[in-house]
Amino acid sequence: MIEVKGVHFTYPIGVEALKGVSLRIRDGEFVAIMGSNGAGKTTLVKHFNGLLKPAKGEVFVDGVNTRNVSIASLARKVGFVFQNPDHQLFCETAEEEIAYALKNFGFEEETVKTRVTWALNILGLTQYRQTSPFMLSGGERKRLALASVLAWDPKVVVLDEPTIGQDYEQKEKLRQFIVQLNAQGKTVIVVTHDVEFVADCGPRVMLMAEGKIVADGDAKEILTNKELAFKASIVPPQITQIFLGLADFGLPTDVINIHEAGKILFDFLKEEVKP
Amino acid sequence: MPIIEVKNLTYTYPGGTQPAIKNVSLTIENGDFVVLTGPSGCGKTTLCRCFNGLIPHFYAGKLEGELTVARLDVTEHPIYEMACRVGLVFQNPENQLFALSVEKDVAFGLENLGLPRDEMRKRVDWALQMTGIEELRERAPHELSGGQQQRVAIACVLAMQPEVMVLDEPTSFLDPLGAQKIFEVISELNKKLRITVILVEHRLDLASKYANHVVIMDQGTIVLDGKPREVFDSESARLIGVGIPKTTRLWQMLRQNGIRLDRAPVNSEETIQLLRGVLKRD
Repeated sequence: MIEVKGVHFTYPIGVEALKGVSLRIRDGEFVAIMGSNGAGKTTLVKHFNGLLKPAKGEVFVDGVNTRNVSIASLARKVGFVFQNPDHQLFCETAEEEIAYALKNFGFEEETVKTRVTWALNILGLTQYRQTSPFMLSGGERKRLALASVLAWDPKVVVLDEPTIGQDYEQKEKLRQFIVQLNAQGKTVIVVTHDVEFVADCGPRVMLMAEGKIVADGDAKEILTNKELAFKASIVPPQITQIFLGLADFGLPTDVINIHEAGKILFDFLKEEVKP
Repeated sequence: MPIIEVKNLTYTYPGGTQPAIKNVSLTIENGDFVVLTGPSGCGKTTLCRCFNGLIPHFYAGKLEGELTVARLDVTEHPIYEMACRVGLVFQNPENQLFALSVEKDVAFGLENLGLPRDEMRKRVDWALQMTGIEELRERAPHELSGGQQQRVAIACVLAMQPEVMVLDEPTSFLDPLGAQKIFEVISELNKKLRITVILVEHRLDLASKYANHVVIMDQGTIVLDGKPREVFDSESARLIGVGIPKTTRLWQMLRQNGIRLDRAPVNSEETIQLLRGVLKRD
């Protein structure tokens, strides 16, 4: 679905943000891109919908080189939800916000209507149909930004830091929603610092540091590797920390999920501390 | 000795149909490190705005009940008086920083206090040193990274030498290591200078190990208030959708299955110790 070959990118002020990145993301994959502030994560994903074009190297989306097509036609395939919803929302009402891109893509009026209703509904925003986006809370604005992207049904959804400012409950809902989207066949790419969120989702993880991809594998493999985590300025999930601290008792060290953790500890302890 | 005493406090924003906080009572001791949490819209930020007098002096609206901070009745003392005692660090540092150099931003509050030049210099140097950003002194705040900006915002407030620091999600833009460093700076200030800290934070997994007092709000009221262990161990912490630390949840899961460990751990170090203790005994 997305293929990046030896991409370099330097911002006009002279910061070299990407230093030779290559990767492939298949159709229907769920990928988390993690790494420290300034590692190049956002710069990388902005290449996926053509917002940025590589200085050196090539990016292919669904087989098409991004150099040769407009952002508009790429956007149809790759929906992008920005880190800060205020950089994205600008209409008078939530309804108009969602309809805006649909109209631009030339959908018929009837389709626009049904899609808007559908998108408001699946993100729990129906009651705000006529509300100004700027009256909504941070978490609601974030969901509205997502709704307006999902409305045109892109094949790929890129979410930049979806969990910032979300409380626990919203975050859990968002997680279930993203997992569901992926299960329905969408390619989902999430840029995030939130290790606990990634541990709960269990996607493929790419770690970035200083403009390069330093590791690529499943969440379990990457998040439980202490040195890798340190390199990318992340802290292993709490559950993993516990198992790393008990390694000398012969417990596994590659545990990220709380349910798995509970089961392992229960089996290990039940003989010894049963009342 | 209590530094903040709130009794039966109810507040409604101008034009609001119902109170944002309802009948809130809370005592915070001098030197406490408080983590204040709860679902979005539960009234956390509103309560914080009461501590330095933004409510009722700036937001107006209707305030009832008693509110004493740093021995002053907040309703009778204007914001500029409260601001010397209670420093507020905003969620988004861009909303707070505006000067052309870090040094000038940190000095701004002091200029407003009308401090002598020498004293100002001393305090700016000290605040930059405490937050570990001396080398950024001449830099423009808007050119700094999110993490650096968040440190500058803390330095600005620290220079005022407040008795209480209120920080509203001060690490939301940071990677986990960056966030941990900020929490450590705050924890140092709390321990070394005995500054009372009130930290608003959703990510309890990261923050709770520094706290000695946890307050959970829901729908405008305080629903849980106590030591981290007691609060996180309570069933209602889970019911109102607060993300209690996973280590505490793991402990609860084991307990439900009949495995009882002495006390509820609030971080992974404690869990490791507890489990090691159990495993060694046999």
